[in-house]
Formats: sequence, C-alpha cells, structure tokens
Amino acid sequence: MADLTSNFIGIKSPNPFWLASAPPTDKEYNVRRAFDAGWGGVVWKTLGEAGPPVVNVNGPRYGAIWGADRRLLGLNNIELITDRPLEVNLREMKAVKRDYPDRALIASIMVPCEEAAWKAILPLVEETGADGIELNCGCPHGMSERGMGAAVGQNPDLIEMITRWCKQTTRMPVIVKLTPNITDVRLPAAAAKRGGADAVSLINTVNSITSVDLDLYAPEPTIDGKGSHGGLCGPAVKPMALNMVAEIARNAETADLPISGIGGVTTWKDAAEFMALGAGNVQVCTAAMTYGFKVVQEMISGLSQYLDDKGMALDDLVGRAVPNVSDWQHLNLNYVTKAVIDQEACISCGRCYAACEDTSHQAIDMSEDRVFSVKDDECVACNLCVNVCPVENCITMKRVEPGEIDLRTGKVVPAAPADWTSHPNNPMAVRAAE
Amino acid sequence: MDVKALASGITPGRLNKARIEAGFADLHPALDDHEALVAADRCYFCHDAPCATACPTDIDIPLFIRQIATGTPEAAARTILSQNILGGMCARVCPTETLCEEVCVRETAEGKPVEIGRLQRYATDALMAQSAHPFERDVATGKRIAVVGAGPAGLSCAHRLAMMGHDVVLFDARPKPGGLNEYGIAAYKSTEDFAAREVDWLMGIGGIELRCGMALGRDLTLDSLRVEYDAVFLGMGLGSVNALGVPGDDKSGVANAVDFIADLRQAADLTALPVGRDVVVIGGGMTAVDAAVQSKLLGALNVTIVYRRSQERMAASVYEQDLAQAKGVRIICNASPVAVHGNGAVREIEFEFTDDDLSPTGETFRLPADQVFRAIGQTLVPGDLPELDGRKIAVDGTGRTTLPGVWAGGDCAAGGDDLTVTAVAEGRDAAEDIHASLMEQANG
Repeated sequence: MADLTSNFIGIKSPNPFWLASAPPTDKEYNVRRAFDAGWGGVVWKTLGEAGPPVVNVNGPRYGAIWGADRRLLGLNNIELITDRPLEVNLREMKAVKRDYPDRALIASIMVPCEEAAWKAILPLVEETGADGIELNCGCPHGMSERGMGAAVGQNPDLIEMITRWCKQTTRMPVIVKLTPNITDVRLPAAAAKRGGADAVSLINTVNSITSVDLDLYAPEPTIDGKGSHGGLCGPAVKPMALNMVAEIARNAETADLPISGIGGVTTWKDAAEFMALGAGNVQVCTAAMTYGFKVVQEMISGLSQYLDDKGMALDDLVGRAVPNVSDWQHLNLNYVTKAVIDQEACISCGRCYAACEDTSHQAIDMSEDRVFSVKDDECVACNLCVNVCPVENCITMKRVEPGEIDLRTGKVVPAAPADWTSHPNNPMAVRAAE
Repeated sequence: MDVKALASGITPGRLNKARIEAGFADLHPALDDHEALVAADRCYFCHDAPCATACPTDIDIPLFIRQIATGTPEAAARTILSQNILGGMCARVCPTETLCEEVCVRETAEGKPVEIGRLQRYATDALMAQSAHPFERDVATGKRIAVVGAGPAGLSCAHRLAMMGHDVVLFDARPKPGGLNEYGIAAYKSTEDFAAREVDWLMGIGGIELRCGMALGRDLTLDSLRVEYDAVFLGMGLGSVNALGVPGDDKSGVANAVDFIADLRQAADLTALPVGRDVVVIGGGMTAVDAAVQSKLLGALNVTIVYRRSQERMAASVYEQDLAQAKGVRIICNASPVAVHGNGAVREIEFEFTDDDLSPTGETFRLPADQVFRAIGQTLVPGDLPELDGRKIAVDGTGRTTLPGVWAGGDCAAGGDDLTVTAVAEGRDAAEDIHASLMEQANG
C-alpha cells in the first residue's frame, strides 16, 4: 500500500484528507470521531472574536439539490461561524491535539478587519498547539453582511492586509481560504501571496439558491416565509473548484503557492484530480455530511491503490496535470477524432441519436432495427453522444491518425500540430517569417 | 424427446451434453463492469449497516461496494478478504436472501436489495485474477499448529494462523482439500473448478503444509496431535449421514444425498453420471435442494422432495425452494417415510402424512422411485474427541473445546448455522484465539 503521509506546508498528517472548516468540525466530539475514523486532519470550524458568540437561525439551515435516486449533489447552508464560546473551542482543540498529535489540527479564524482583533486571537490559538491557521475569507452568507468572510475575500487589498497581520503576529503557517464568488480567483490568491500566506485553500461555498418553494414563493431553506442565499458545496461545485485551483496553479505569479483543494471531493478520484491540478492536499465536508466520517476509508484505499498502480509517490501526483492545462488558442486543431459506438455494449436507447440529430451535427445514423452508428463524414467529434450515453465506454472517441483522411473535410490529417495562433482564419495569426 | 429420458432405472446420459451443460451453467453469472457499477450505485452506504451486521463474518459491505463504485474492485476485495478469506466462495454459495440481502434497506424500500453477493463475487474475481496473493505473513513465531479438515473452517483458520506467522499443517481425510466447497455444493454454484482454484490461491500465503488422505481416528489421533503441535484446530465437519430408520433403507438405489452431490462434483463428464427416472429426496435443507435440482438437471423425469414438517420450517431458504420448483422439482411437505419397497432395488417409497408435531395421520401414499436420496442431516463421526454438547463438539465463544490446546469450528462444533460463511467466521476467530493464547504463553 502506498504511503499517503502528507506534508503540506510543513504540517504533517497521515493522509492528505482533511475535514474542511464546517459543521462537522465544530466540536471536540465530532473531531474525535473523525480522527478515529481515519481523517488525516481537521480544520476546526471558524472561530470568531472572544465575547458573546454569533447566533444561528433556528429554522432549517441547509438546502439541497439531488440527482437521480435522490443522490445528494449539492448542499447549501446558511450556518454562520461557530456559535459556541471561543474559550470552549480553544479548550477542546487543545485536548484533541494533545490526544491526536499525529493529526493535523488547523484553526479557521474570522474576526473583523482590525489589526487588534487578529493580534488578540492569534496567541490564544497558538496556545492550543494547533498546527496552523486558516483565514476564512470565503463564507458568502451572514458574516459577509458584517464585512467579514466573502466580503474580505472579494477585496484583494483586505486579504493582503489581514494575511500580513497574521504572518507578523504568529509563527503558525497561514492558509488563506478563498471565495469562488469573484470574477478572477487569481487576484485574491496573488494578494494572499503578497501578504505572506503559506498557502491558499479553495473553494469556499458558492452563492446559491437551491430551490424555490412553489407554494410559499420563497427560497429554500425557508424560514418564516423567507430565505437567504446560502453557500453551495458538494459534487455540484467540483468543476468550478477544479478550474479555480488550476488557474492559481498555472498562473506564473502564484504557481509556487501551495493549495489545499476544496469543493465536492467525494471519492479518491476527486481527491486525485484536485492534487493532479496542483493541490497539495484536499479538504472535505459534504461527503462526510452525506455519508458519515467512514467515507474517508474509501478515499484512503482508493488513492493508495491508484498510486501503487501508477508506481508513484503522493508528491509525484501533485501538479502533474498542471502543464497540460492550457488556453483554447493552444489546442491542437490537427487532432481529429470520431465517435465510435461499441455495438456489443449498445443497449439501443437512442439518446445519442436524439442529442446529435436534434442539437448537434446529424452525425449518427439510426437503422430501422435500432442500430446506431456514427457517420464519420458528419462527426465533428463534439463528444456529446459520449456524455449522454448511459453505458460507460459504449461510445468512445477514436483518433483519425495523421496521414489518414478526415471524411468530414476530405482532407488528410496533418502530422504536425497546429493551433489557432497560426490558423489562416485568425487575423492575429503569427505567421512564420517569409 | 430423447428416448433415454424415459428409461427406467438409474442410468447415465438422460440428456444430451448441450442440455446438461446449459443446466449446470453458473446460477448467478458474473456481473460485467457496467452491471457492477449500476448495482454498486444502489448502495446507500448505510451507517452501522444492517447487511454487515447480518454477515456472519462481519464484512464491511458498504465500504466494499463503495470501493467498487469508485473503480477499485481490488481494494473492495481486500475489504472482503480481510474478514473472510473465502469471500469468493461465499459470494457464490451464501444464502444472501436470508443474510445480508434480506436486511438491505433497499429491500425495505423497494423490495429489491442491492445485489451484495454478486458484487462480492465481482470484487473477489477481480483480485483473484491478479497473480499475487494479497496478504503477507507476519514474522515467524516458531509455533506449529495442526488443523484437521481442509474445509471452510479449517482453511479459514489455517490462513489466518499462517498470516500471523505460525506454521500450519492442514490435514484432510479426502484426496482433495476444500471440504464441502469441493465436494458438497451444487455444481451450478461453483463452476469452472472454483473451489480448487480458491484453495490454491489461499495457499499462496505460504506456511501451510497440506496433507490429504489423513483422517482423524484412522491416520491421526488427537492425542498425538496434541503432543506434536502447539495447538490443534478441529474442523473436520460431519462425516456421517443419518439413516432413514425405516424398513428397506438398505435397498439398492437408496443413497446419501451428500455422496451423490460429491460424485457429481468430481465427475469429469456429467453425461456419464447415472441418475434415476423417478428420484425422491427426503429432507428439507440445502442438501435436499442441491440433490433434487441436480437430479433434475441430469435428466430425471420426476423429482420429488419430501419433507416431514410444513414448508415454512424447511431449512432451505425460500429462494432455494423457488429454485427447486422452477426447475421442476415437486415439494411434498408433512410426510415421513415409513417403508422402502422393491425387490432388491427400490421401486416405490411409502410415506405417511404427519401433523406439524410429527404425529401420524394414518394416511399413506406411495411414490414410484428408482433412486432415493437421504438428506436428513449429518452427524459427527464418533471417536476420541473433546466433550460434546448434544451431538457436536462443545466450544466456547472463541472455539475452545474442553481439552486444553484444542479448538474446534465449523459444522463439527456446536452452535452456528452450518453455513460456509459461519464456518469461515469460526475458523478465523479460533485462529485469533489460538494466536492470542500461544503468544500469551510465549510472553508469560
């Protein structure tokens, strides 16, 4: 079994699976159960200033979207930071860290954008023996209305400022947790780096309304007839999260900034994908909230088997796909593929035909006895049929090798790659010197 | 219709080769990749899952199904095999309909459980298709342990002991290892010589020396084993068959169902295996069903199971009863044999209907029969054994017998369901206790 021991910005944990700062990490009881179940680390639910804690709504605080068979695809929450007194959380953190010295314990913190507030809380957190801190610049609901959370995360100057305060005040590594509710995630990441952050973590939840009650005419979750946008997480947000992680990882200014990947990690594969796109570890919340802490066991065995199969160490995986994340203009236009339908696997549902005939390129033929086949002279290789086919690997894309004729264009596929930057239709094309 | 189908007496080749092969094909064919993903997708990953609680070997079923769903059937197999080293066979023969699948929450919700047994087979097949044995032996302890019986209990015990660093000598009375897996399960549940392949694979752990043809009481004595070895595990099953105890029981054509099943499993060519035209099986358990269904599959024209109590009390599961009836086996309940008739060879068997408390009603009937199978239970071969509890070896919760240094498990030990999976659990747990006991001695 592959060694999954993780060292993220000097913070060691037996595996790269941490629980994200969220409801599952709000109490000693939960965190002990998490560590007993095998989680490598925990980012404790966000701490606020000393004094009277925040309050939560007393109506429902989660909404959800489901896929077929009521599979939970996304969870939306309007819970705030911890609503328990700071001293209670600190005491519990210290006890947990003492009993689980090999696990990572990170304190998530959100206090007002005043230097005094940060300078007040950091020594208290340090005292617990926590391995690091995570600045919550991401929560999109409630706290953002008070100038914290996503309100900070949407302002790179504020991110840089509070990060710098923290780095000047504490010896603990500083992770800045970023909000996806922003146009270009590279800007807050760069700001965190300028402030001295040791790492960024992303994504926090996405502003969302999951559904509307069509009798009450109110968003869900509905509290006394009204609802507020919440933060969406879970499998539904993973594609956005992967892109944002990749954008930071391949941006020259932030390429060397460690990333803790968050957003819909549910299986070992999700984790491996985040890591391949540059995340040094991953944080999980919704999968644990859906299936319980035990779900980490599949992540551990799966990632371990994958690394064994590949003959790779964990560190070899991190960032391995980053060089292959490119811009559209650099994609090889001479790479030609055609869909191929495996007639043995085909169950003749006709979804590929409907998709292609109605919404794409009329490149699938349907016989009277429901045999579906691809018309190579029409297929533009869009991949839609692959995506709508209910049988995995029934439709695949096969390359038309260089030297062969693309029946759609009637032209021989050139061996040399060529992209838009040199395409004759591009008025900005870079031409080779005559 | 083939004329041979109507021939009277016990004769081979009632059906042609193609029909016999079709009949004896895998009862539950392996899932392909797509089927496995769809089946795995239905698992809810229940907390403290009822299926796992129902499994005698405590396999973490939700975890292994999730590992299949995420494309790592080999990891799933490790989850299974770490609890049940014969997980491949159990996937084929477990009465899942009365164990894990019966309590699946999907059964509650939709009347259709997750196909746990077939998913378990999918995972274990995937791992066993790879050459390497998935477990490694611990450092050698220098202890030698005798395991008597290479059936499910003995194999499970031997493997766990070998894994913990002990040297094991595994004895079996028969020419081949496997016990009931090799000799006692319907052929359509263990196709392509799976039982033998599984034993070979299991032995890949190393440290197990197999000695076949060695029976306790004939070639071995418990006393000498206790002297020669640091511990002894008895898992030799039940070698003796209950008699009918009615006049004519000794007529030609009256045989033990277990012997018929064993002959069938060892037959190189099923078209050469004789079977009666009118077959009567007496009993109500899995052995009765296995014998009856296989008689039918060999081409017997009329096959009847006769059970002395009501159908609800049959030990064979409802699924097995349905299987028998779907194959054309008739099930008669509340009837006990009173005499076997015939001149030398059986021609008829006479029954009397009985009430649920087995009291006779006075009403009798006769069934034509040229072959009768006894499937009314097996018993321990008597001998120099530890104390018995009823008709089996008395054991405590970890398999300790009344003799120091001697453990027992599987069908020969008291308690349990006489299922393959129960035997595996008992063998494993006894191994753990033997290990703890020997290490305590060594360190004490």
